[in-house]
This record gives sequence, structure tokens and C-alpha cells, in this order.
Amino acid sequence: MVCHDGNWAPGLGISRREVLTGTVALGAIGSGRPSYADETQRPATALRQDNQVSKSMTLYIGTPTSRVDGRAKVTGEAKYAGEFNTSGLAYSSVVESTIPKGRIVRIDTSDALRVEGVLDVLTHENRPRMAGTDQAWKDDVAPEEGSPFRPLYDDKIMFSGQPIALVLAEEWEIARYAASLVRVEYEKQAFVTDLYQQRDQAFVVKKPDKPHGDAGRAFAAAAVRHEAEYFIPTEHHNPMELFASTAVWDGDDKLTVYDKTQGVQNVQRYLCSVFNKKSDDLRVISPYVGGAFGAGLRPQYEAVLAVLGALALERSVRLVLTRRQMYGLGHRPATIERLALGAKADGTLDAVTHEAIAVTSQFEDFSRNDTGWAALLYKSANAKYVHRLARLDVPTSCDMRAPGAAPGVYALESAMDELAVALKIDPVELRLRCYSDRDQNEGVPYTSKQLRECYRQGAVAFGWDKRSAEPRSMRDGSELVGWGMATGVWEALQMPAAARIVLTANGHAEVSCAASDIGTGTYTILAQVAADMLGLPIENISIKLGDSSLPQAPVEGGSWMAASASHAVATTAQEVRGELLALAKAMKGSPLADAKFEDTMLADGKVVSKQDASRAVSITDAMRHGAVDRIEKEKTNSFPDDSSHARNTHSAVFAEVKVDEQLGVIRVTRVVSATAAGRILNTKTAHSQIMGGVVWGIGMALHEETVFDHRFGRIMNANIAEYHVPVNADVQDIKVVFVDEPDTIINPLGIKGLGEIGIVGVAAAIANAVYHATGKRVRDLPITLDKLQRST
Amino acid sequence: MTQANTVGRAPTSPAPTKILVALDVNGRQRQLTVAPWTTLLDALRDHLDLTGTKKGCDHGQCGACTVLVDGRRINSCLTLAVMKDGAKITTVEGLATEGALHPLQQAFIDHDAFQCGYCTPGQICSAAGLIAEGKAKSADEIRELMSGNICRCGAYPNIVAAIQQAMGTMAGRS
Repeated sequence: MVCHDGNWAPGLGISRREVLTGTVALGAIGSGRPSYADETQRPATALRQDNQVSKSMTLYIGTPTSRVDGRAKVTGEAKYAGEFNTSGLAYSSVVESTIPKGRIVRIDTSDALRVEGVLDVLTHENRPRMAGTDQAWKDDVAPEEGSPFRPLYDDKIMFSGQPIALVLAEEWEIARYAASLVRVEYEKQAFVTDLYQQRDQAFVVKKPDKPHGDAGRAFAAAAVRHEAEYFIPTEHHNPMELFASTAVWDGDDKLTVYDKTQGVQNVQRYLCSVFNKKSDDLRVISPYVGGAFGAGLRPQYEAVLAVLGALALERSVRLVLTRRQMYGLGHRPATIERLALGAKADGTLDAVTHEAIAVTSQFEDFSRNDTGWAALLYKSANAKYVHRLARLDVPTSCDMRAPGAAPGVYALESAMDELAVALKIDPVELRLRCYSDRDQNEGVPYTSKQLRECYRQGAVAFGWDKRSAEPRSMRDGSELVGWGMATGVWEALQMPAAARIVLTANGHAEVSCAASDIGTGTYTILAQVAADMLGLPIENISIKLGDSSLPQAPVEGGSWMAASASHAVATTAQEVRGELLALAKAMKGSPLADAKFEDTMLADGKVVSKQDASRAVSITDAMRHGAVDRIEKEKTNSFPDDSSHARNTHSAVFAEVKVDEQLGVIRVTRVVSATAAGRILNTKTAHSQIMGGVVWGIGMALHEETVFDHRFGRIMNANIAEYHVPVNADVQDIKVVFVDEPDTIINPLGIKGLGEIGIVGVAAAIANAVYHATGKRVRDLPITLDKLQRST
Repeated sequence: MTQANTVGRAPTSPAPTKILVALDVNGRQRQLTVAPWTTLLDALRDHLDLTGTKKGCDHGQCGACTVLVDGRRINSCLTLAVMKDGAKITTVEGLATEGALHPLQQAFIDHDAFQCGYCTPGQICSAAGLIAEGKAKSADEIRELMSGNICRCGAYPNIVAAIQQAMGTMAGRS
């Protein structure tokens, strides 16, 4: 993984050829050496005694490193948004609308206000001032089209569960009780929450990808055809942490807001805009985030209401939403997908049509393209992709783990399985026959694409060659056994980001960035990157994240944080090296007197020549001689805008299900995910990310569905008992295989990111396995036992 | 400032009378006056500033609030603080001894048995209760008996591995 050919780190001034031909022998860096509970986990790089330079330069990158925030999380020290206690804190509780559409005619708060301990009840009639333009309410990742939701703004009701009043009280229980006493009279209006009622009104938001050839005609002429419609229901993220915000009143109209978010700077800019505050007067902090999965990308209403309460009371206010209220936030949109695949008899594709209709609200156009993934995976001379939206009286849908891909690729890869059945070709073989080395949409090659190896290694790890092709042909006692597979694909995006490094003369460095760690492991990978780039033991690195006052970071989403923040740290570390080299050169008789910047590196606590390891000055000595206590650098890293290559991660997912023949109970007994995602920074946390994605795929395939009663426009299972997510007993054997994927083009460190790829393809692999087990094709998720019993 | 709804009104609906409750929390005697409607979970988090115990649903559905009461694992959101007068409560903050992590805490780190960390205190307390119950021997039994603790990040296989490691460590000690 480390041993890429060519100039593997051009942006950092490090070339592999250069360092390999040198004579540098740096040895292990003392106490900084990672330890392995299981010696078999020790990475190949650390064992390569013949390559001292690579070993020392990536002592941490690529190794299975335990989370640096692990201790805080297992001892309860890690504090989340609703846990910052402060003196004089007031508590609050939200009143939600019980109708999906209409107007508040009267809102009577008198009974609530009579409860002892209630401080105030805010409604649209008496709230403090908020901005009045759509522009002011648009956050960094808001949809381009539409009017963002404004809580407690006016009398208009746009969805069931909309916040319409905020009760402020001395204690939470009092606020909650008083909220139950607020009486609301509505003027109801006609509404619709059923996608199937609105599908004929669906519209195109973004210009569709340019069609290739004539997919309709080629489909009609194809030797073998498959056409079907698939359905993905509304899903909710359900992170374990309740959405919460603690707005601490700092006096003089200044506020510190502890908020559950994937982007502190996004929330900070948004709140400043909504409340017309100077950026110095409002700071947003979120050191730990109890999961979010996309729900925290946009600022949510708890932050607005906590600040509103604090401004009204001139006092600190906490708002913790209930689990039910979180169903009034964003969601993965219910989506209808239509696939039409036409193939030649040899199993190559000649026609691909993928059309999707996804839900959005009446007031914003949230659109993530579900279609077009086939163009990244499969060659076809004729292709057409169209993504449409349909408006319903629900909150605006939002990003949820692998938006667009999780549902779109589920449909595509289910259809490919059906085509394989029709062609009587093994599903893996079909994908290899259609394999594309180029992005068919853009007509460009990939920076790297080891998908063929994913298929191969995944199949071997799973034992795919022992599959009997015929449905219902494999059994284990009273259970039918099914083996299915699917492909996963996601984007490898990267964003501008900045990092600050403060190196002190005792050889410790503090690295800070406004990025959030939502459980993905950002703290840990940045500590690894910083340790390697600064040549220090990882114990000497401290990472500060999740504070809007820190250097610029994008929201944590889209799988772009690892690449973006790592390069910010690496770029800043280079600046630190420059200053250290200048100090080292200034020393009398310096062994580095004539060393060029690009010929040096930081390793083992020293500035060292790449050509001759004996030419070195310790960081401590350089700083002491220069009478420098601390070196502070902050740099922003941007990636060149290069459209000459497609950037994607890939996976091959293999699943085994066992289905009780009489009852139809489905268990997922084995999953293998073979993933190619560039350089893996931390095989331990990366494994967890992919495994977590697989668990999400199990939920998507078999459990998850937000159920509406369309007569009332209300969600019937707005809790975490009736909205089913996988529990421990639902998850058995998951094997994650990382396929080696050197990438010398994408970025200097070859990083692609892993947050989304783990889920993509999993639901299809399971659905295909269920078909293989039972001979029954269920095309509307989740696949529940009742659907296996129905006649059509 | 908003128009003051608070001006000129007298509360006519009194808050419930508070009751003195004595709890042994992590080996420390704690006394607190709480309303009868305050759950053990909120008493820990809001009154004793022990925020290690998490609130994920407040309805006994997710297990994030699991603590040990007199050695048994319970959902602290489904119990009122006043019902536990005199009880011995152990939260995640009380598991480490003299700075040394509990074998379960160490095993959770070793096996990366969490990502976001929010369900983790509940998982660890639940696992401590599970081990004390002595019923779970196999991985399947651990999975079944840990299914009251949801982990949305999907760390389940690592949680099972961590519990198995801790079971071994703790069996070796006793």
C-alpha cells in the first residue's frame, strides 16, 4: 500500500524513487511505535526491514491504530452537545404540529405559562427577531432552489411534526409537561404524503446526463431484456445521540453554542446570518458527535430554537429533541426507480435506462442523482439517465449515508442480477463482461479502479465458486440458503481545508481544524498523518476539532474529510519543516547547512537529510538554538480542479442469507465486502467504517422503513422500536477485505475516503441472495417476511 | 428581547414537591432533591453531572442509558430516581479503578467496538451486567442478550469480540 511507484507524494516534495535510492536509515521512533494486540494485524509496511525509509515515513499511516479518543469515549468523559452543563441553564421543550399542512389560527399558551417554573413560551407571535429572507436562511449545503425551513417563523404549517412553540423552563420535566398544555387551533389544508399519488407530477431539477445513443430503440432490439420498477421507502438516520443544542449566554449578546452537527462552521455562519450577529459574537462547538449519517450536514432547528430561547431569556438554554421529534428533520427520500437493461446474447450491455423519482418537500428541491451509476460501472453504447423529484407535504429530504448511490445502486444491481438470471450467466461474470475502465458519462479514465480485484478477492473470501446457480437449490436444514452479490461505487471527493499546527520545543504538536469527527475516526487519522509528517510519536500529537473558531474545514460528509483534512495537515506540516530547517541551518556547523528543503524530511524527532541520515538535527535542538519556544503555522490546502480523471471508490459485496422456508424469516449470516478505496490510513477504524456501512445495508434491505399514515400525513413509527434498525442479533459474520489500490493521481497521499462506500451495494447483494434462496424477487424494500408470502 | 409573557402572571399550576433521595453512585454517597417525575437517567445527567450515561430515546428502546443498579443492568430512563432511594448505582464513570480501565473498557478500545461513542457507555454497562448474569457463553448468546443496546454505527461484531475478550480477562482474574 505504501510502496507506490513513481512520484507518490509530489505535493509534499517527497518522491518514492528519491527516498528509496537514498541511504536513510532512521529506525523506530521510540515510544511512538504502535502496538498490535494481535501480531498478525501488524501491517506489511512495518515488517519491511529492507525499506527503512518507507517504514519510518509511514510509521502510523496505514497501520491499525486504536482511536486516540477511545479512552474519552469508554469512560464517559467525551461530552456531546446536550451535556455541557453551565450555571443558570434553562431547559426547553418543543411543541410540534399535529397536522401536515395548513395554518395556525390560534395558539394558546396560557395554561403552559401558569406552570410553576415555566419561564416563557415562544411562538411565531412573540419570538425574538429572525432574518426574513431566504438567502439569510441558506446554509452552506442547502439546496439551490427553494425556501429553507424557518422554525417558529410564521403561522404556516408545512409538515406534521413541525416545531410551532418552544417552552422554556427551569427544569426539563417542567418544560416537557408545560409543552403538553399548549393548545393549538389549525386551519387545515389538503395535503399529500404518498409518492405514488404524485409520481405523475414529478419534475426534473438538474439537467439530466447527456443520453448516449438511443437507449429505447436499443432496448427494443436487445436479445435479452430486463425491465422492472424498484422502491426504496423513506428512511431516517436515527443517530443514537438525540439532536441537541446548548446555547450558552456569554453576556453582551454573545453566545457559545454546543450543537450536534457535522459542520460547526456551517452552523456558525447560518446562526450569525439568521440572528444578524457578527462572527465574533457566536461560536459553535461540537467536539463529539453521537452519529449523524447526513442528518447533521445542514443546521437543524434545535440550534435555532436554543439560540432563540437564549436571546429571549438572556440566559443559557438547552434544547434536546425527542426521538419522535427527530422524525421531523430530514430523511432519505422515498424513491421509485425504473431500470430497463438490454443485452446481447453474449452478456454485454447494449441499453441502459435508469429513471428515478425521489421525494422532496413543497418548499425546497433536494436532489441527489440516483441514476447514472451504471455509466461508472458498465459499458453500454446506449444509455439514458433521468432523476426527477416529486413534492410531498413532508420536511425537505436530505443526505443520508451514500445519498443517491445507496438507493440508485440497489436498483441497478438488483436489475443486473435479474439480467444475469435471464442470460443464465453467473452474476460476477456478467459484471466482468460489462466492466468499464472509463467513466462513460464523462469519457475519462479513473485515477485508479481495482474493482476487478474486488470481484476476485471478494469471491475467493466468500467461496463464491461453490454456489449452485439455481434458486432454491441450497439448504441448511429447514432453511433455504441464498448467495447474492452486487457492486458498490461512490465518489472520492476532496475539498479545501486548513489546519494549524503549533509545535512546542518539547516536541509536542497541537493540530487543529474545524472538522467534525462524527465517529468516522478523524481525530485518529489526523494524529497519524501529523505524527508521520512531523516525525513525532503519536502520543506527542494532540488534535483539536469541532470548533468554529478553528481553521476552515468542510462539513463532514460525502466521504471527503479524510482526504481533505489529511492534506491540510500534511501541507501545514511542510511549512513547519521549512521553519525547522531554517533554524537547523542557522546552527553553527550545521550538518544541514547546504540541505535543500526538498531533500529533507522530519522523522524520529529530527530534521534529517533524505540522502544521508547521519545529517540530522533534532527538532528540540533546532528550536533551542534559535531561541524559539513554539512554531505556529496555518495553511489551507486546495486540490487542483482536474476533470481529466474520474475519482471513485468501488466494492464487491457478497451476502449469504438463510430463510426459514415456512415462516419466511430472513437472516443475513455472512457478508464479504471487498473494497478498493485508495490508500487506507487506518486499517482498524477503516474496517469499522465499512462494517458499519454493511450493517446499514442489512437495515436497508430487511428492516428500515418510515411508515406514513397517508390519511393524516403522519409518521406512524416515529421511534426507534417500531422503526427497525439492525440490533446485535441481526448481524453475524462480516468480513472486510481492503483491496490494494495505489493511486498516484488523485492526491499526494492517495486517499479516497470510506464513509459511504460500505453501504452501497449491500442491500442489492442481500436482495439478490433472498431471490437465490427463495426464487422470489421482492422489489420494494425492506424485504419483510410478509412480502415473501404474497402471491405477486 | 421578546415581549415578556412572564410579566404579571402568577403560577397557578405548582411544580411537584421534591423529595430527598440518597443514592450510592459509583461508591460515593449522593443526596439530591428531585421531583417524583425525574428519571434516574435525568437525575444522573442533569443533577449529578454524570453525563457518561446517555439518552438516546427516553423510552427504553435503545439501551444507551443502561446502568447497573445493585449489580443488575437496567434502562435508567425507565426508572424514576425516587424509586431507587438507597440503591447502589454504577455508571460508566465508576468502572475504571484508580485510573486503570475496566477490562471491558480496554477491550472496547482494543477491538474498536464503537465509532461515535454515544451508545458505548450503555453497551459497556450492559456487558458488565451480562457477564455478571453468567448466561451468555457463545457469540450467539452474547448477540441475543446484547440486543437491547442499539449501535447505529454498526459496531456489533466488534462489540461481541470485545465482550469475549473481557470475559476471558475477567475469568482469569477471578
